[in-house]
Amino acid sequence: MPFKHKDLLGIEGLSPEDIERILHTAAPFKTLFTRSIKKVPTLRGKTVALLFYEPSTRTRTSFELAAARLSADAMSLNVDSSSIKKGESLVDTALNLEAMKVDFMVVRHSVSGAPELLAKSVQAHVINAGDGNHEHPTQALLDLFTMREKKKKIQGLNVAIIGDILHSRVARSNIWALTKMGANVRLCGPATLVPQEMRSAFGKSVSVTYQVKEALDGADVAYVLRLQTERQLDHLFPSLREYHEFYGLDARKLAWAKKDCIVMHPGPMNRGVEIASPVADGPQSVILDQVTNGIAVRMAVMYLLAGGKV
Amino acid sequence: MKRPDYDQESGKQILDAAGIAQKIAELGQHIVKEFGADGGGVALVGIQTRGAHLARRLAAWLTQKTGQDVPVGILDITLYRDDVLTIAEQPTVKETDLPFDLEDRPLVLVDDVLFTGRTIRSAMNAIVDYGRPKCVRLAILIDRGHRELPISADYVGLAVTTRRDDIVDVNLMEVDGSDSVCVRPDPKDAV
Amino acid sequence: MANGAGPLLIRGGHVVDPRNKRDEIADVLLVDGRISEIGRSLRPATGVEVYEAAGKLVTPGLIDMHVHLREPGQEEKETIATGTAAAAMGGFTAVACMPNTVPALDNVSQIQFVLMKARSEGHVRVYPVGAITKGQEGKELTEIGAMFRAGCVALSDDGLPVANSNLFRRALEYAHTFNIPVIDHCEDAELFKNGVMNEGDLSSRLGLKGIPRQAEYIVVARNIALCELTHARLHLTHLSTSESVALVRDAKKRGLPITADTCPHYFTLTEDAVAGYNTLAKMNPPLRREEDRQALIAGLLDGTMDTIASDHAPHTFAQKSREFSVAPFGIIGLETTVGLLFTEMIQKHGMSVMAAIRTLTEAPAQALNLPGGHLTVGSIADVTVIDPKERWEVKTFTSKSRNSPFVGRTLTGKAVLTVVDGKVVMRDGKLLD
Repeated sequence: MPFKHKDLLGIEGLSPEDIERILHTAAPFKTLFTRSIKKVPTLRGKTVALLFYEPSTRTRTSFELAAARLSADAMSLNVDSSSIKKGESLVDTALNLEAMKVDFMVVRHSVSGAPELLAKSVQAHVINAGDGNHEHPTQALLDLFTMREKKKKIQGLNVAIIGDILHSRVARSNIWALTKMGANVRLCGPATLVPQEMRSAFGKSVSVTYQVKEALDGADVAYVLRLQTERQLDHLFPSLREYHEFYGLDARKLAWAKKDCIVMHPGPMNRGVEIASPVADGPQSVILDQVTNGIAVRMAVMYLLAGGKV
Repeated sequence: MKRPDYDQESGKQILDAAGIAQKIAELGQHIVKEFGADGGGVALVGIQTRGAHLARRLAAWLTQKTGQDVPVGILDITLYRDDVLTIAEQPTVKETDLPFDLEDRPLVLVDDVLFTGRTIRSAMNAIVDYGRPKCVRLAILIDRGHRELPISADYVGLAVTTRRDDIVDVNLMEVDGSDSVCVRPDPKDAV
Repeated sequence: MANGAGPLLIRGGHVVDPRNKRDEIADVLLVDGRISEIGRSLRPATGVEVYEAAGKLVTPGLIDMHVHLREPGQEEKETIATGTAAAAMGGFTAVACMPNTVPALDNVSQIQFVLMKARSEGHVRVYPVGAITKGQEGKELTEIGAMFRAGCVALSDDGLPVANSNLFRRALEYAHTFNIPVIDHCEDAELFKNGVMNEGDLSSRLGLKGIPRQAEYIVVARNIALCELTHARLHLTHLSTSESVALVRDAKKRGLPITADTCPHYFTLTEDAVAGYNTLAKMNPPLRREEDRQALIAGLLDGTMDTIASDHAPHTFAQKSREFSVAPFGIIGLETTVGLLFTEMIQKHGMSVMAAIRTLTEAPAQALNLPGGHLTVGSIADVTVIDPKERWEVKTFTSKSRNSPFVGRTLTGKAVLTVVDGKVVMRDGKLLD
């Protein structure tokens, strides 16, 4: 069954079959990493432009490696957030790239909806690497891949997502992905960071609790979100110390979950804030697996978009 | 080229179950002849999907004949196809599992049908990315001609004359529920 | 405006005049910029131009009390010339233009500039609204008396709220001295901050910062309280929430001198129009829920909402083609107001033609102390003729900008004649000048 999408803008627009296809395709790509030659010639000659309007080393590197391992040529454009306010508009930049016959554009932007605007204007395949608070689809896909790798399934898993849900595109993409694949999602954080709309905005019921103990009770996966310390200035929480005390994942709280609960984090971590170092580095943590899997999943996405017939 | 003799609609069966078993034995004998009774450390690499099953059958025959364990790997060549992004139905990438070290080891690639040679070209590119075998031999159940690349098989079960647009169906018990090889015309030709 | 116009007889139309409660077939004769006669089967003198209005509605010249003409400073979006041309095409004989130009209309010279431009290049009457505070910064009052004398008809910091309640109180009191209404853009700046659409499920899904309804009605409540304190005339503009309607209804019951308007997009669309990051559905206040839309419709039907104004806010195509959060707020509306009023309020929700016409004539005239808004012998000859049955597709605009979410929509009801000061400025879809 062909992958009928020109772009990957979000999980919202994917069917469970699409998600299954991507996860299934990522597996053989992962096995390549153990070879001495980590490349395959599949996307040889294709050009991948990375437009990262928000700084990010790890996601950008992950995409660059994914492209390189498919034998495509990856190039990163030097853009930063000031380019948004002055100078060339996003669409203008993209049209210029299109004129240079770029095949893929991987976009990270601080404004929700920017990749969608782009995708409408260019023929290249647009991959959303994170837009505003909206979605970060490849993150959710690699998270699902990791969960299935460790837990052998996704359906029926109890997944607790803890932290700043309000501002998190990672949370939104994960909620879509997990609900589409039949997992039970529990959102947890202080009321200032977990808006009421989350209960119903995603089509399927997702439970919301302000108590970590309740969220982790019987949890198979503890997914910890990064807390941006600037949020303190918006009166969203009083202090980092208080946040860590009530919501930071440490050994004491992790013990409330199932014994084999895995600990996940999209990175980068604020150690000592949303997650304690012993937990981040402990035996239940699969955070580094997420990083490895990220490349395989991104390779799978590029492969499927390239060969997909829309 | 002599026109093949087959029924216009359903085609002709050119090998039955016994025939396939016979051919596998013949391929095995070629391997023993080249690499000696102890196998010489040879490993078989079957090309997904049916080549992999044939490779397992061949390995079983060799083990039975020589008493040696013959390692079997399976290779999916999808990512190395030269038409991977353009063919109509994007193929599913299947498993590749090579549970042995390729370095300096003789390999026998195994596949069901040798046609244009492109699959084998892809397989060679893939193998080389996994390591540097001592040598690579090609064992094929059916050679149907019409090469587009300069590839030839070292061990052939059966050579068959076909028209370019004929269809060769290899059915294996493991995948299709029966063992047989048939040649038939492309249904598009029927008028 | 030059008035060398000869007499004009508008014959056989259905006259709808809320002030004089006229609702009948009648002829209207205009002479020398005044309404000379209204009656049946008038026999004009020879040489009088006749416009046959059989089957059409003849109303007082329509008044849009909230438009942005963008001149001075943002002429790439619209000018007084192009904006008034759009008004004439939409059937409007007068517009009140908001002061958030660049520079703002916050002193006598700016008011005079607008009036001068309108006189020389405008197609319809232009009534400037002066800023409440200097530069609209919310800190110091403008010279309200002087601006009033120079010709401004009301005060507003529209585009922005006046956050300082004490300052707003003083503005109301001072304006009361001159009996000028104060128009407020009701918005709590901090609750609104960085918001781009209604706060709710959709904003959550789209990952966009929401503007809660409370940002509007908290200030509506504050303003009503200050009106109670000062007894000054207060007009609340572009209301979008059900709670605002309820608050206004209650304030009117208590006899406070409050008027209110809403815009056609609030009674036609909901936040769903934003799906897909459609910047043509981005305005401030934002499109709200279906519940709010229904409350506004009910408010228009029961008279709680007095007027309809377009909040005509032109932006260039390039400006609107940006990422959603970055694109400017606002849509144009002068040319679609009549069509939406008829298609939505009259046809779908059963508003009477008389009540509908009042929202664009008598009510805005009263709210801003304007001449016109009625057809009385001796009053100014501003008349609009509307074909209530004309079906048309929203396609092209006379406005310089095109930022409308209604493109492609079929509407019923269109102005076919616009007469300002006795002179025809638009006839059957063509501007005359």
